Amino acid sequence: MIKEELVNSNWRVRKGRIIRVKRMTPSEKLFEIELDNGRAMDYEPGQFVQVSVFGVGEAPISLCSSPTKRGSFELCVRAAGRVTNAMHALEAGDEIGIRGPFGKGFPVKVLAGNDLIFVAGGLGIAPLRSLINYVIDNRREFGKVDILLGCRNPSEMLFADDLEFWQKRVDVNFNVTVDKGSPDWAGNIGLITSIIPGVTINPERTFAVVVGPPVMYKFVISELLKKKIAERNIILSLERHMKCGMGKCGHCQIDSIDNYYCCQDGPVFSYDRIKNVAKM
Amino acid sequence: MGTHTRYFILRKDDLNSFIVKLSRNHKVVAPVSKGYGNYAFTEVTSANDIALKHIPTILPPKKYFLPQKETMLSFSTGHVENAEALLEHENTVIFGVHTCDLNGIQCLNIVFSERPRDYNYLRRKDNITVIGLECTEYCDEHASCNLMNSNFPNGGYDLFFTDMGEVFMAHVNTQAGDDLVDSSNLFKPATQAQMEALYAIRDAKRSRFKDEVNVDRKKLPAIFDKSENSPVWKAIGDKCLGCGNCTNVCPTCYCFDIADTLNLDLKSGKRVRTWDSCEVETFAKVAGGENFRSGQAERLRHRHYRKFRFSLGKYYRFFCTGCGRCTRTCMAGIRLKETLTALVKEAA
Repeated sequence: MIKEELVNSNWRVRKGRIIRVKRMTPSEKLFEIELDNGRAMDYEPGQFVQVSVFGVGEAPISLCSSPTKRGSFELCVRAAGRVTNAMHALEAGDEIGIRGPFGKGFPVKVLAGNDLIFVAGGLGIAPLRSLINYVIDNRREFGKVDILLGCRNPSEMLFADDLEFWQKRVDVNFNVTVDKGSPDWAGNIGLITSIIPGVTINPERTFAVVVGPPVMYKFVISELLKKKIAERNIILSLERHMKCGMGKCGHCQIDSIDNYYCCQDGPVFSYDRIKNVAKM
Repeated sequence: MGTHTRYFILRKDDLNSFIVKLSRNHKVVAPVSKGYGNYAFTEVTSANDIALKHIPTILPPKKYFLPQKETMLSFSTGHVENAEALLEHENTVIFGVHTCDLNGIQCLNIVFSERPRDYNYLRRKDNITVIGLECTEYCDEHASCNLMNSNFPNGGYDLFFTDMGEVFMAHVNTQAGDDLVDSSNLFKPATQAQMEALYAIRDAKRSRFKDEVNVDRKKLPAIFDKSENSPVWKAIGDKCLGCGNCTNVCPTCYCFDIADTLNLDLKSGKRVRTWDSCEVETFAKVAGGENFRSGQAERLRHRHYRKFRFSLGKYYRFFCTGCGRCTRTCMAGIRLKETLTALVKEAA
């Protein structure tokens, strides 16, 4: 048996150094990461990376910073599985492994010149924040921008700094709702679908970008279709367990005749391409 | 008419000398009887152990291309730059590969050379020589190789042997195959009479092999287009135990898992790729708890679509070779030919 180093292996990882960790909620932390030698990562909003904690494993995490932010990138990580729990034990200065970026991100060139309505549910705000901040950094290229954010209760609200920043700006309309209020919550209470009807939409020139848990998609999409937004103008990012990132391992394959692998063909899809998938 | 330059004759008496010579410079593996009508590709150093007549081996030769366990990286915890991507391979000759399995290897070659490429697979493949062996009769009633168009040689080998009684006819398909023939000094060019004997064997085979399910292969994708909500999936899903035997023995199943194991020092370890199965309950589950194929019927349907529908769009071929292994190994008695027959009937 010959054993050798495989220099061109796609399984090689790059060194990432955690430069900042911020706890956002009891279960989510924000990690700011710098690649080896401070080289910028070349990525699109909506793409993801494979994060390695050696000895524990690898997990796919979506990039939540905008590529317009130079030098470092950010990952919002919920402690949900083995790798993400191990990540939560890491601190600034610790090393992690990075493969990627992988996948097709949000079609920013297609979105340019149109009105945008962002609909985020729960942790879906993480990949969407990458696009929202990209749009804000290139604000002149886009029409009207509405952000609709929903989460279960105020204590689960992510990215408080960004939310405040979006709320203050005159060039975006920001709306947030929680399923269940708390004594100090003065905002909307109700499902995310309850705040869609109130948004003024010109269906001729509007793209809706929706990211949330699978259970949310059906209801949000039906509201958007009621607003006469075309199926191909509804953009979603799907969740699957992307293990290899290279369209091989099979775990992220989507049940559709088109044989989509979430890691290579997605995770971003327009609704018309995946509307026959039973469980989005 | 002179001799045929790409067809050679090896006397059966000389097969042993050929294998012995090969085993001096290569690891040689071939089908060996394991008892109870089972065969397995096993290392050999002579022809004595080789089962020239064998039904498809328990595992297809994919185990040499995509090992059940493979180290992809070695690492030390906490220090990313120490991680090294690894390749383990061995100069191997696989002897006695049936046409169904040649087809399976060709399918895998396409998958792993698709970008982003899997260099572990591709480099290992380059170090493997494949010698095919023709089936002149059906192995058993579970095969559907005529339906899947994989009972005649269609590339995928360096050398291809056909048993012609006293001698083997050997077709040379690659330079590597020719080099083996040349260096062994055991082969003679085939004569015109021997070529005609080969054609006669093929003609006889054509009359013996018939489509094992009553359907035109070309219509299968359209039938699957109509079968998404077929009751067949629930019927076989109710029987299925979700054990993953069918995917392990399938020559074209390549789904895998990747996981870290730590060495006893708890400071170093390796990242290992192992075979996985879409039939296992957790296969499409995510950390948040959602399972995108939570029922056994959905998982079985997925596997069948990967063989007869999805691969058509992506790779322009079926990913079923008709070898029959899934049926032979199934503990629940799910039979591929019956499943296809039911779908065909329903769609009619």
